[in-house]
Amino acid sequence: MSEVRDHLFYSEEHEWALPAGGQIVRVGITDHAQCQLGDIVFVELPEVGSTVVAGDSAGSIESVKTVSELYSPVSGKVVGVNDKLVDAPEIVNTSPYEDGWILEVEIDGSLDEALSKLLTPDQYRAIAD
Amino acid sequence: MSLQRTPLFPYYQGEDMPAVRCIDFGGWEMPVQFYSIQREHDAVRSGAGLFDVSHMGEFEVTGPVAEAFLQRMTTNDVSRLLPNQAQYTLMCYPNGGVVDDLLVYKLSEDRFLIVVNASNIAKDFAWLHERLPKGVTLRDRSADMALLALQGPAAENILSRVTESDLKRIQPFHFQDGVLVCGRKALVSRTGYTGEDGFEIYCEAADAPVLWQGLLAAGVSDGLIPAGLGARDTLRFEARLPLYGQELSDTISPLEAGLGMFVKPGKGDFIGRDALVAQKTAGLQRKLVGIEMIDRGIPRAHYTVHAEDGRQIGEVTTGTQSPTLKRNLGLALLEISHTALHTEVWVDIRGKKLKAEVVPTPFYKRTKPKDEGAENG
Repeated sequence: MSEVRDHLFYSEEHEWALPAGGQIVRVGITDHAQCQLGDIVFVELPEVGSTVVAGDSAGSIESVKTVSELYSPVSGKVVGVNDKLVDAPEIVNTSPYEDGWILEVEIDGSLDEALSKLLTPDQYRAIAD
Repeated sequence: MSLQRTPLFPYYQGEDMPAVRCIDFGGWEMPVQFYSIQREHDAVRSGAGLFDVSHMGEFEVTGPVAEAFLQRMTTNDVSRLLPNQAQYTLMCYPNGGVVDDLLVYKLSEDRFLIVVNASNIAKDFAWLHERLPKGVTLRDRSADMALLALQGPAAENILSRVTESDLKRIQPFHFQDGVLVCGRKALVSRTGYTGEDGFEIYCEAADAPVLWQGLLAAGVSDGLIPAGLGARDTLRFEARLPLYGQELSDTISPLEAGLGMFVKPGKGDFIGRDALVAQKTAGLQRKLVGIEMIDRGIPRAHYTVHAEDGRQIGEVTTGTQSPTLKRNLGLALLEISHTALHTEVWVDIRGKKLKAEVVPTPFYKRTKPKDEGAENG
């Protein structure tokens, strides 16, 4: 049984979003997603300054066997990426909700509205297992 | 159609077993991993792994002209086999494309066991059956035979604990039939698909659970763990062993795949011989090479490969990050003019052309003990 944290917002594509102050939202993949992928060996990060759209690809995550799209759960501008994942992508396996975060997005428009379109922890639990 | 299962399927799960993950592999519900591909891969390189590969197909070919029949159907020279020897070989279409790659075991002068890919069982059986001469019997034994692969440097040690037979006498590409393993009769063959020393153990389907559990128990002190098809694929890839459907197909010849040493036109006629001789005489137009990414990215099967000017020159057949070497590697079928070592090529990875170079294969070669003989039958 994978871990679903109570203070996060979730997408159906198994990403999480965490309000990180102001208009900034931190994004990563869920414990369920990292578990399904297996040993993660490569994370393709978006460029800082680029624009991401909710539901569209913002990069990719590769395990030994598979390539998986990273879908951004929110729309906005990429203001930060987790550079540690370049040399140590396995952090996404060991710490999906903390050290293994992937990108930070500055939301254009209402933060509350963007988050309200995402799943609650209970809604996500229902689809994750 | 429901998926087929091997006799070991109920034994993938259990109190002392990890959480297995199964996939549909050519119509079979097979374990892709028990722990993780990395862990299982490492176990085979450093200790041992046990694979259930009972989905593979086994046919018995018997009769006074069985050898002549196999000579005609396969590319390698069956007449060079002595009883208790095995040979890697291929079946080709008249145009030189590959029907399947297989192992031929010579049980006796007029009795052979051939082992084919699971996904090709029906096709291969039909191909052979339609060409069967009088005096040869072809029997599909796949349903009543199971196959376990015990692979890794500790394989001999582990197997020696559950058999009285002297395993040192079974050299690479040799086998012994009727060996008692965990008290059950088995055909023990020193072959494999991982680039390591190891054994393939054929037994009656009903005996497979006893061997599976007996071997796992016997191997605990050597780090033996069950391993799935995921690790089997990365292991064979590092050792440059081809997989039908990727490095081999009805449109790829053995010569293009770099398997010329298993094609023996000198032995006499066989299906595909003329086309392969002509291909060799004219010179290959394309061939399989190893590539390593220079830019950051991982090559994957079917990604296209391009020259510097953007023109497509081929395709990746298999690619991954090598679990042993941690290098982003691929096998690619490329136009011959781009296959020299260190040639730069560009792989289209999700819309970006990323630089790679042609590198030597196999990517991984084990260091062999001194007393071991040559490996090819």
